[in-house]
Amino acid sequence: MSNQGPLLELDGIVKRFGGVLALDGVSLTLERGTVLGLIGDNGAGKSTLIKVVSGAYQPDGGRIRFDGQQVRIVNPRYAKTIGIETVYQDLALVDTLDAAGNIFLGREIVRYGAGPVKVLNKHAMQRSARELLGRLGLELPSSGTEVGMLSGGQRQSVAISRALYTRPQLVILDEPTSALAVTEARKVLEMPRTLVAQGVAVILISHTLQDVLDVTDRIVVLRKGRKVADLDTGATDLEELVTYIVGSERTRGAGYA
Amino acid sequence: MPESDAPALERRRDWRELALGYGIYLVLALFVLVMALLSPNFLRPGNLLNIAVQASTVAVIAVGATMVILLAEIDLSVGSVAALSGAVTAGVLKFAVGGAAGGVVGLLVAIAAGLAVGTVLGAINGVLTVRGGIPSFIVTLGMLSIARGLTLLYTGGRPIFALGPDFSVLAYGRLATVPVPIVILVTLYVLAALFLHTTQLGRYIYAAGTNRRAVALAGINVDRLKLGVFALAGALAGLGGVLLTSRLDSAQPTAAAGWELDVIAAVVLGGTSLYGGRGSVVKTLVGAIILQLISNGLNLLNVQAYWQQITKGGVILLALLLERSLRRARGGESL
Ligand SMILES: Nc1ncnc2c1ncn2[C@@H]1O[C@H](COP(=O)(O)OP(=O)(O)OP(=O)(O)O)[C@@H](O)[C@H]1O
Ligand SMILES: [Mg+2]
Repeated sequence: MSNQGPLLELDGIVKRFGGVLALDGVSLTLERGTVLGLIGDNGAGKSTLIKVVSGAYQPDGGRIRFDGQQVRIVNPRYAKTIGIETVYQDLALVDTLDAAGNIFLGREIVRYGAGPVKVLNKHAMQRSARELLGRLGLELPSSGTEVGMLSGGQRQSVAISRALYTRPQLVILDEPTSALAVTEARKVLEMPRTLVAQGVAVILISHTLQDVLDVTDRIVVLRKGRKVADLDTGATDLEELVTYIVGSERTRGAGYA
Repeated sequence: MPESDAPALERRRDWRELALGYGIYLVLALFVLVMALLSPNFLRPGNLLNIAVQASTVAVIAVGATMVILLAEIDLSVGSVAALSGAVTAGVLKFAVGGAAGGVVGLLVAIAAGLAVGTVLGAINGVLTVRGGIPSFIVTLGMLSIARGLTLLYTGGRPIFALGPDFSVLAYGRLATVPVPIVILVTLYVLAALFLHTTQLGRYIYAAGTNRRAVALAGINVDRLKLGVFALAGALAGLGGVLLTSRLDSAQPTAAAGWELDVIAAVVLGGTSLYGGRGSVVKTLVGAIILQLISNGLNLLNVQAYWQQITKGGVILLALLLERSLRRARGGESL
């Protein structure tokens, strides 16, 4: 564990889906304790890039350094082990489990076990889930309620709590506010700054450019699988971002925010 | 929309929730009532035990089928796998371990051989589904045919008879006053219910049936889970086959033909969703008993066997339609 230098460095990441070149040599650097905004039009490759970092996809080319070490993030479990947690665009929740069940999915608290058969400690999981959500200033919907029955904001809270449970070094949020009402979205947008205050680095994907300008330190723009801009948030504005997103042929794209 | 509609809506939801949760017990009570009216002897303990014993073979197999269906998969091969397992047990018992002279050890070896056959075939179903990427519907349809063919080959198309009194203990013995098949049945269902509702793997089975991707992203090896469940379903089909062979005191080459229907019917009647993620193994047992009651009732009424088949198929379709419409009305279910 080295504690200086960037937390994450991507170098020339390539990812193909059949004939589609979803990522065409993307490089970027994420400093510790900062928020990086990742923006771009639909299909630009944002989700694909973060799936490479979270171990859901294997890149076809390029190198990843995390916490000073070159790593091969072979699967989501490995990503979690090294301290990378992801909240996916579709949240990846199990609708028939309750909040605690989702927060502890894959790392259940068990009472005792014989070989692969381990008896769950449901009580302890409920208690820890309530504590965790309380610490994040979120409310736990009553235990036992399937998350399929919850509102968009509540589901988002569950997904984010799950990501934070292990005190990761990097949290990736893929469009955390896209399905939310304005007040719920405000609350979720405070999360990146809260996390950074706790020493965590954040990658935030969003189509709401004003939000990205409000909460990030740097902004990377993808277009058709390539990085077209890597900007200091303080030194850019909405208009410049739009220009990079839509490309030079459609400069001054109207109404994009 | 006036505000007073809201509570009414709530109430209707509650009613559907209750129907989904407990409707099956109501149906069971109804069938028991009808049977009691049809036949004065029906409620005698001896007769009730008898029905449970008759239901036990299908019910044993349905434990595995419930888990497979919870994972949103299907196993159509259970009848044939049961037949092959029964035949192998009978064959080993009669020709390899010296029959009655083989003693308890011989008996155990023969039973283990039958269960092993079931487990291996189930594991093959699992591997082809998971690694081969073929839908389990097709994989197990193929296995249905292969296992039946193997059974016919192994038996030469003739039954293997006279397996000895020791082996018949499995079907006709009693522990204290309780028939052995009932002991096996109850033990199995208690274990299965505990497994599904209190253990980590049990939870993963439900979760993977609901949202496979989310479970995989949580770092759980869903492929291995599925493979294990298919193997277990095969083992339980094998156990069902061994129990049937003991009951008939012979391995019939055509034994358990068409049982996949009865097994799936029991699971579906029990309310387990064919779309995975929802269901209860205890209710599968209730489903299996209801099916047996239907058979017995139709027998009592002297209904032709052909009509019995039609009735059974109809009951499955009806149960599915009902479950589907209740769920859709209740909401919270994505197709
Ligand atoms: N699993 C997949 N199989 C095939 N093609 C894919 C797959 N995932 C992504 N793609 C393709 O890769 C490209 C990038 O998609 P990606 O989902 O990364 O875009 P995005 O920037 O996240 O878009 P959005 O803003 O709509 O979420 C698209 O052309 C998409 O169709
Ligand atoms: Mg995306």
